[in-house]
Amino acid sequence: MAPRRVAVTGLGVICALGHDMPSFWNALCAGRSGIAPITSVDTSNVRFQNGAEVRNYDPAQHFERAQADLLDRFAQFALIAARQAVRDSGIVFTPELRQRTAIITGSSVGGQCTQDTQFWAVYRNNSPRVHPLTIPRIMPNAGASHISMEFGISGPAYTVSTACASSNHAIGQAFWMVRSGAAELAIAGGSETPFSFGFLKAWEAMRVVAPDTCRPFSRDRRGLILGEGGAMLVLEPLERAQARGAPVYAEVVGFGMSSDAGHITTPSTDGPARAMTAALEDAQISAEAVSYISAHGTGTPSNDPTETRAIRQVFGAHAGKLAVSSTKSMHGHALGAASALEAVATVLALRHGILPPTANFTTPDPECDLDVVPNQSRPAEVEYALSNAFAFGGLNAVLAFRRLR
Amino acid sequence: MSDELAEKVVSVIATSKRIPREQVSLESTLEDLGLDSLDQLNLLFALESDFNISIPDDEAKSIRTVREMVEGVRKLAAAGASGQSAASVA
Repeated sequence: MAPRRVAVTGLGVICALGHDMPSFWNALCAGRSGIAPITSVDTSNVRFQNGAEVRNYDPAQHFERAQADLLDRFAQFALIAARQAVRDSGIVFTPELRQRTAIITGSSVGGQCTQDTQFWAVYRNNSPRVHPLTIPRIMPNAGASHISMEFGISGPAYTVSTACASSNHAIGQAFWMVRSGAAELAIAGGSETPFSFGFLKAWEAMRVVAPDTCRPFSRDRRGLILGEGGAMLVLEPLERAQARGAPVYAEVVGFGMSSDAGHITTPSTDGPARAMTAALEDAQISAEAVSYISAHGTGTPSNDPTETRAIRQVFGAHAGKLAVSSTKSMHGHALGAASALEAVATVLALRHGILPPTANFTTPDPECDLDVVPNQSRPAEVEYALSNAFAFGGLNAVLAFRRLR
Repeated sequence: MSDELAEKVVSVIATSKRIPREQVSLESTLEDLGLDSLDQLNLLFALESDFNISIPDDEAKSIRTVREMVEGVRKLAAAGASGQSAASVA
């Protein structure tokens, strides 16, 4: 089968910026950050206090009791985002389509809030038993499994776990499956819920979390801010989308991957640069065709200058013409879900012709000398955009999107 | 080597990095000793555990030499000890 063009026809999102796609987009356009003091965990014995939590969330508004019992918070977010995306796409599942639909989700640590609570019970409280659903709640593929059960989707379904690049790997694989004809439709994205005491202590020990807020590319940046959420995209052949008159948000045109083969936590310039180049080659576009990059932009001292150098390495003089922003400044670093949130943001940026800003920006850093769209969103007609994700462990994944009019 | 605390810090560094003690002097920089970012995290963890202190991220970032590390630990250990005695009085 000849390669098919792949359209994004449905979007779903829940994160610190809101419980649905319109509220997410409004916050991004307003440059409004969802970062605030953490309320779900007592942080009095943690060195940082701020996070990007999903606020005013009541599972009972989304799930019957029996279903909620099966779902860790991370799987709830996966399912909520998938429901929104499917509804948004207007897809009507036939028995044939259900068998030809793929589900690929990303998650770094799965149901670790459940793990924390249940292990606390046995280790700390000497409880003789844990909840019998602990294993099915913890497993990182729970999101994919529950999406498949909810919609009766019986095609290929699996979960990718590549730390902070999980969702880009998931969406990229889904894109390739739809493009090649291995799947007729795909639901892809990711979800993550990092707010448990044990996990926050583990991040504290890494010494990369900011005590104040997330200021990517700003000279006074002090680290990342953890975030939670879920985001899903519906991907289908462009021809099919047009035939059924579906609204098309954007086209997925390229996917590139690489590994640093270097250090387990220190990022390299070369690995990310090769992933961006691979995405451009897969899309069969020149570097000069790109005018916006949704950066990995964690706000750590080491990521942002390294990413800047990688972008300069790939784009050369054209780097000076690029707009590059990090929405992690607003929705936080949602780890395995981060690049799904950013894919949704990038697709919406192309669709609406507005670039979300890098919020909380104060002072330019000579080591991050790119146009980072500081603080204010910006109207811009962009044809091609990249969305970067570079994981701990040196695993890099980059998506390329194209505006469709 | 001037004092007991400095000796202990040097010993923690040598053990943490698995290098002979003789290689570590007060004038050594962390770079001289070949400590990358992860080695430094391991070292901070070892120092916090051995001295029962909490080393703030910003102070950790500013440390370049073994001497600065010794003085930093000395300050935090002293603050911790006075904090403990104040708590025991209260």
